[in-house]
Amino acid sequence: MGATRHLLRWQVSKGLGTLEGHLATGGFNALKRALAMAPDALTKEVEKAHLRGRGGAGFPAGVKWGFVPDSDGPRYLVVNADEGEPGTFKDRYLLSEDPFQLIEGSLVAAWAAKLTRGIVYLRGEFKAIAREFEGALEQARRGGYLGHNILGSGLDFDMEVCLGAGAYICGEETALLESVEGRPGRPRLKPPFPAVAGAFARPTVVNNVETLSAMPLILGMGGDAFHALGVEGDGGVKVFGLSGHVKRPGLYEFGMGKNLRQFIYEEGGGILGDLELKAVIPGGSSTAVLLPDEIDIPMSFDGLLAAGSMLGTACPIVIAEGTSMVEVASRIANFYAHESCGQCTPCREGCGWLARTLQQIISGAGNQEDIELMLSLCDGIVHRTICPFGEAVALPIAAIVKKFRHEFEEAIAGGGHDNL
Amino acid sequence: MTQSTLSDRFLAIWKATWVTNLRGVMSESELEFSAESEQAIAELIARLPERRACLMPVLELAQEQFGHLSTEILQLVARRLELPAGQVMSTATFYSMYNSRPVGRYHIQVCRNVSCYLRGGDDLLATLARELKIGVGETSEDGVFTLSTVECLASCGTAPALQVNEAYYEEMSREKVLALLAELRGRNE
Repeated sequence: MGATRHLLRWQVSKGLGTLEGHLATGGFNALKRALAMAPDALTKEVEKAHLRGRGGAGFPAGVKWGFVPDSDGPRYLVVNADEGEPGTFKDRYLLSEDPFQLIEGSLVAAWAAKLTRGIVYLRGEFKAIAREFEGALEQARRGGYLGHNILGSGLDFDMEVCLGAGAYICGEETALLESVEGRPGRPRLKPPFPAVAGAFARPTVVNNVETLSAMPLILGMGGDAFHALGVEGDGGVKVFGLSGHVKRPGLYEFGMGKNLRQFIYEEGGGILGDLELKAVIPGGSSTAVLLPDEIDIPMSFDGLLAAGSMLGTACPIVIAEGTSMVEVASRIANFYAHESCGQCTPCREGCGWLARTLQQIISGAGNQEDIELMLSLCDGIVHRTICPFGEAVALPIAAIVKKFRHEFEEAIAGGGHDNL
Repeated sequence: MTQSTLSDRFLAIWKATWVTNLRGVMSESELEFSAESEQAIAELIARLPERRACLMPVLELAQEQFGHLSTEILQLVARRLELPAGQVMSTATFYSMYNSRPVGRYHIQVCRNVSCYLRGGDDLLATLARELKIGVGETSEDGVFTLSTVECLASCGTAPALQVNEAYYEEMSREKVLALLAELRGRNE
């Protein structure tokens, strides 16, 4: 399967940062097609694409829109641009390089689910991108693509930017909604689901940037054709980001189902310094590590699940020989200990305990029982928290400890970091 | 009495109680928002659906104006937005980008997560600490530089990365860090 450049069209086209640039590429034709359809029919068309949500959870796009009950008053589209999963760097480019594709996709969602107001929630570190995106919104407003009675369709919809202030957990949709309302980003117990009571207790759809950015493509070619670009039940093209010890890190676009090994060795150019491959974290730091003999697999939601991991954000981190997996585990544990929102005890205490245990091993103060202790801590977190953050720390740490157990044993026996 | 008027009445009483409590607890400080901040706050209040949704943007404005968010500044925010001080503290202490203490004119934030670690992020941090003669979390004596570590900046494909205030610096190396420091020092003269 060769690389495509639909979502990544900015890699080859210039000028997409302006409304004129977007219009010159046939921009807003997909929106016109959408507005000519009844909202229910539009949702059905998008469901045919079998696009699984690009934030990492893989929830089928379009289905969420159907959950929003009819009601008067404000109804929100929240665009999740709180990109922070370690290894992941795709949404920021969709925002900065091709903002109108996202705005058009958001308008499609607004028409389908009868939404009135869009909130684009960007992580606080993306302040410069946010200011640029606000400029794009203003251009769209002046062009009549946001506001009242858009293109004479009767659709009233406007969007605004909301900035986070440094909290990974706000990528979780209900934590994000808490943050939109000015509170600490602590995930909500569901139900009620955001579709019924989301932002400001109003019906709300939360979609990832890439999910919405794919809407113009789906409308342009039709749901079935989009589906056919991927694999059965997991349709379309997807942005994959490659980082770590590869010769050509960066963003690439393929149909779902691209072989992971080929991706690393062909597009990625192989391992930096032509070293041996040691491990691949396939979809952001929340996904279980794979060994070199486990990567001849299709990069799709089900393909990674069958390999005992997850597609996640589809951004593999490649690790070459000579890297300490104890250190990698420690970086990951430190991250989750730093980012746990603290409301569920197993996560709050477990993350800190894991991080401290790993630091002790690295400093030379570990003992062999620490290995079983870490595995039991992971067991103690899984399925005992309000949101999936618990699994996001426990599954990858447990996988590293199990698959590289000998390294942990050697590090403990050898007295820490210098002997790794 | 309908549900909505009941809840309106409840809200009114609740708000009045809180505002009274705030006046009782908090000393009247000399701090005030600048005219520009005041205008931005008025616009936020008019635009956003609920007062509490203004909190994070106003904290950002306050940090821009005062450089950090001390307890006194948080009290000013609470008073201005008529929000409970506890709510303001709770939010301000949850997010990592709100600085409770002053930071240097250039806040250098180095990513310590996996992808940057694999591409030499630790070396950037060590180089900066050595050049600036400060440790992580410290500010140089002249108040110009603060050195921090941060978690993933979403720059994994262009690792290693760091941020100086709001600006990203990607695909960094020891040489580029030294050049950046020279540039920042020059800018500060």
